[in-house]
Amino acid sequence: MPKTPIKYLVAIFAIFLTGTTVQADERYDPVRNQVVIDECGACHMVFQPQMLPKKSWVKIMNDLSDHFGEDASLDASSVKLITKYLQENSADSGWRDGKFMRGLSKNSTPLRITKTPYWVREHNEEVPQRAWSDPKVKSRANCPACHRRANSGDYDDD
Amino acid sequence: MKPHANSFTLSTLAVIIFTSWILAGANVAFASPRQNILADYAARVKIQTPGFEGFSTDRGKKLFLSKPGTGKPDIPSCTTCHSNNPANPGQTRAGKAIEPMAVSRSPARYTDFKKVEKWFRRNCKSVTGRICTSLEKGDFLTFMINQ
Repeated sequence: MPKTPIKYLVAIFAIFLTGTTVQADERYDPVRNQVVIDECGACHMVFQPQMLPKKSWVKIMNDLSDHFGEDASLDASSVKLITKYLQENSADSGWRDGKFMRGLSKNSTPLRITKTPYWVREHNEEVPQRAWSDPKVKSRANCPACHRRANSGDYDDD
Repeated sequence: MKPHANSFTLSTLAVIIFTSWILAGANVAFASPRQNILADYAARVKIQTPGFEGFSTDRGKKLFLSKPGTGKPDIPSCTTCHSNNPANPGQTRAGKAIEPMAVSRSPARYTDFKKVEKWFRRNCKSVTGRICTSLEKGDFLTFMINQ
């Protein structure tokens, strides 16, 4: 029976293909710069820069003395280094736009990742309201509360 | 006095001065970095208040628990993020855990002057809307050291 093994092979190959694409769906490069890790990570998760466009990062970094209602001011050289890193790895830095550019209008500059159309679409239907009001979550910015491997850029666990 | 005797005395003196200089240096190294930071704030206070009698745990505690109402509305007090008890861990508004402020619980705290100044600069601005005085900083640290 020469036909069956080929059929199986094709089926296995198809499963393998689908499997890898699904698994690699929500992966982002983790932040590798120690200054970025230390400074941004002092107060919140070190968000992967692929989650906002360049202009958003620039605007955020230009207004650190009022960082979402808090003074997060930094010395000039750290600001310069971090801004550069965020820009070089932003959602619109690659040869084609990342997922977080989806649905984003040209003239909008989101300051929160949680306000981007992509983030909203990914969370609105899936996450019940009671999850957001859980004290262990506390904030929408607390990705690792649900995505356990968020710090390493892995959001596939939803 | 013969010339060579004179030079002997001089070199002995040099050795003594050098040794005491090394010892003095060692002394500074033995004082804890945290005490050095406090001493630095104390020196700054003394310039403006000659009758300064030292930092106060009570004043530090009052400052920690106060709600000045002059800072950013989302952060009315130190306790907003650090909890009412310095021995307990806190939580940032973004949900990240903060190690307890009390030195007894977090022995590595307040040993890096630059870091201490950075967080006073940011958090005093957030909570009070202004920069903290050296007296406030010293009182605050004294409270945390005694917790």
